[in-house]
Amino acid sequence: MTKLHCIFMQGVKKPFREVIDVAWGDAQGAGIKPLTFVRQVLAACLYPQLLDSNRLPTDVKQKARGLLSECHGGSMGSYTDLPGIPQVAREISEYIARRDGGDPPKTGNIFISPGSQWALQNILNLLVHGHGEVRSGVLTPIPCHVTTIESLHSLGGVSVPYYLSEEHGWELQMEELNRALEYAKQVCAPVALYVVNPGNPPGHVQSKKSIQDVIRFALEKRLFLLVDEVYQDCVYADNVEFVSYKKVLAEMGPPFSDTVELASFHSASKGFLGEAGLRGGYVELVNMDPDVIKYACTIFSKDTAPTPGQIALSVLANPPRLGDPSYPLYEMETQQMQTMIKANVRRVHEVLDSLPGISCQPVEGGAFAFPRVDLPPKALQKAKEMGMEPDTFYCLRLLEESGAFITPGCEYGQKEGTYHIRYTLLNDIMLMEVCAINHILINCRHF
Amino acid sequence: FLSYTIDEYLLDTNLSLSSLTASRRGLPQKKMSENGISRPKVLTLDTMNPTVKMVEYAVRGPIVQRAVELEKELSEGIEKPFTEVIKANIGDAQAMGQQPITFFRQVLALCSYPELLNLDNTFPEDAKNRARLILQSCGGSSLGAYSPSQGIDYVRQDVANYIERRDGGVPCDPDNIYLTTGASDGITTILKLLVCGQGIDRTGVMISIPQYPLYSAALAELGAVQINYFLNEDNCWSMDIQELQRAVNEARQHCHPRALCIINPGNPTGQVQSRDCIEDVIRFAAKERLFLMADEVYQDNVYAEGCKFHSFKKVLFEMGPEYSETVELASFHSTSKCYMGECGFRGGYMEVINMDDDVKSQLTKLVSVRLCSPVPGQALMDLVVNPPQPGEPSYNCFIKERTATLSALAEKAKLTEKILNTVPGIRCNPVQGAMYSFPCITIPDKAIKEALEKGQQPDMFYCMTMLEETGICLVPGSGFGQKRINEGFVVMTILPPIDKLTILLNKVKEFHQRFTKQYS
Repeated sequence: MTKLHCIFMQGVKKPFREVIDVAWGDAQGAGIKPLTFVRQVLAACLYPQLLDSNRLPTDVKQKARGLLSECHGGSMGSYTDLPGIPQVAREISEYIARRDGGDPPKTGNIFISPGSQWALQNILNLLVHGHGEVRSGVLTPIPCHVTTIESLHSLGGVSVPYYLSEEHGWELQMEELNRALEYAKQVCAPVALYVVNPGNPPGHVQSKKSIQDVIRFALEKRLFLLVDEVYQDCVYADNVEFVSYKKVLAEMGPPFSDTVELASFHSASKGFLGEAGLRGGYVELVNMDPDVIKYACTIFSKDTAPTPGQIALSVLANPPRLGDPSYPLYEMETQQMQTMIKANVRRVHEVLDSLPGISCQPVEGGAFAFPRVDLPPKALQKAKEMGMEPDTFYCLRLLEESGAFITPGCEYGQKEGTYHIRYTLLNDIMLMEVCAINHILINCRHF
Repeated sequence: FLSYTIDEYLLDTNLSLSSLTASRRGLPQKKMSENGISRPKVLTLDTMNPTVKMVEYAVRGPIVQRAVELEKELSEGIEKPFTEVIKANIGDAQAMGQQPITFFRQVLALCSYPELLNLDNTFPEDAKNRARLILQSCGGSSLGAYSPSQGIDYVRQDVANYIERRDGGVPCDPDNIYLTTGASDGITTILKLLVCGQGIDRTGVMISIPQYPLYSAALAELGAVQINYFLNEDNCWSMDIQELQRAVNEARQHCHPRALCIINPGNPTGQVQSRDCIEDVIRFAAKERLFLMADEVYQDNVYAEGCKFHSFKKVLFEMGPEYSETVELASFHSTSKCYMGECGFRGGYMEVINMDDDVKSQLTKLVSVRLCSPVPGQALMDLVVNPPQPGEPSYNCFIKERTATLSALAEKAKLTEKILNTVPGIRCNPVQGAMYSFPCITIPDKAIKEALEKGQQPDMFYCMTMLEETGICLVPGSGFGQKRINEGFVVMTILPPIDKLTILLNKVKEFHQRFTKQYS
């Protein structure tokens, strides 16, 4: 829970009927319905008696039967082995091959876990020396969602920030990476570079050239690349495309393609699936030392992904295709979501950019808008008196006035003297209007 | 099951032990690029986090690797003296054919795909109502939304109610309940909080020998000092306060003992601790200032006459405020064992008693790194702690299934003890609870000699030979920390269906007699 939520829970007076939660990247929590196909397959796997009824489409039954046949004892209730239910591991491998071209990766290089953050922490556990005189460091972006940083710290690692460039659409800039690395060498033993693409909270989608630059940097400076690509299916801008680090790496050829160590993370929690509660994620390892992979197995085998999460991954990797009975519905549901989010993105720019004191870089992908808010001196003074960060104060005011719950930029990191707010695009368009109106009210009344 | 999974993976990536050995012999890990410049990897065994290396020794499983190889050979049509490999080493009930509880699966299916609520005759009304209640408690009324990191409030409340009922009214505060990704997640999290210090101040954690390898693996990974205390084989694997005292006194010379882990009912020994014993342990923990960790995942698996499960929490509170207000305790439970056997859902909870407030805030922060535990597992836990009641439509079916599963386990426990004790050279303590038998086997001197020549522990050699000749995969006791010269221990689950178990036990009997004769 963020600090803001805690402040709110302490009993602020409420002139509204309910809190409108525009804060989290939780599609289903926001009321967006899950994809029918996933839930039908899940229900059939949970209660196989449904396979005998004619309630479910044939492709649902086929997929459920296939998955169950590869579970021990034919049941979702059994432990699964390290690569997961074999069909799921194969489907992920084939998905990666379809996405990136080239040969399907060996399932031995894919590790399924209860969500991508769990996998990330396992990989960090291999990398990070958390005790002793010199601790390992990881370069992390500013702004960045909090979980990865906390995960790193809990292992005793050091997070060394590199600032994304807001003026350039939250781009990653090589001079800044270099600066951060030089600084890092003074305070820790830098071992890895963490990149989020598409970004969270800024909605930047990295260009191919930028990815190539980062890969070259990683090779030259001997850094392990940790690439968080959970929003890869969330790209909205017309002239922008997601391309995976793995693909770019492969296309760059040797020495990069056979040397740079890369861990790419994906998850069933985001994108069209939005099955955050099912806890299904995976990491693909490229060019990792085979001796180290043996230890990765030890770590990952302690906590394999829960079977419902694996089923969600199976649909992520191998959704209904044209010609399948479930395809029309699947296509319609995913299109609907895509349309809604694209409309929200448009509205964000229309509404927010027209407000005084708010500016928003183009949201190319991801799940959030991260506009900058210029707060007048009076607001800064008031915040100081209350012992709060100015953007926390702003969010608290918005919450008190209207019940709209958004999170302040200070919780993600930002350049000194700038303030931001983060809110999710996975929501009803009307909420955008609510935020906008209340921003104006706040400005007039308080500042 | 831990080592089983690693080794299957190794086969898949075509790595062989010999290729790994070569690199360990110090051959360079360098890759040559096109222009001849060598580029060592960033992450190698040398640069890896050193505590991870320690974990290897706790989870190695050559026997399971061999079992997997044999399975592959069988499927390729290679002839063996057996037709199937029986993995009698994993506590996975449903893998062995145990059926899930119908009501639980019905509610979970309804929660997953709520359109099913509209079907008329497929599901009973109580299942539908329960699904509705659970969905209401979820964000966006969906299992797919994140829950609060500590777990869904409604479920934690039901867990608290269950604990109060179970413990005869001893109050339980839902705020002390954390829903975890299986019990192992909760155990690892608490251990993370406890491990600190350097050198002689480094945290030591007391664990029972024989033990369940999760603990030694977790301690190795955290760089904690493992303090072994031996259970008393002659008294049905009971805990012995004198032995606990010996262990802690000795440990204080090189570390700072901070925690005492108990598994009750025990794994792999199956012992169910008596109430008196639990009181003694609590007094000991209070005196020595140890944080108590009570792994109670087998709490419904109690078979022996005169044995009863007493929760540490209940006993603690019944000992009065001198103890109940001071002794720090974490108790763990899970959906994986008992009569449910739902390992794949990774459902669990822990109850934390008398934890310092500041530490509790840190605990809350630690669990938030995991975001939340799997929501289907949380829903399942809710059903486990709040099952159908008499008068409800699903009650009869539920109680019938539960009783059948538990009584089958009790029967299998007795059968195992009976058959194994008819074998000269095998002695087996009564299986009072849990899911395993832990018989002691006498290994002839000639076999011990051959084992040592092969560089194997005698009980490992015994198990390997049994595997090759019968296809039965058991785990040797040395994997569980117990070591003796002419005796070994093996772990065998009691989970296969009774007719299969009978065949299994008789095969073990025949093998043992053959083996003893061969090496006499």
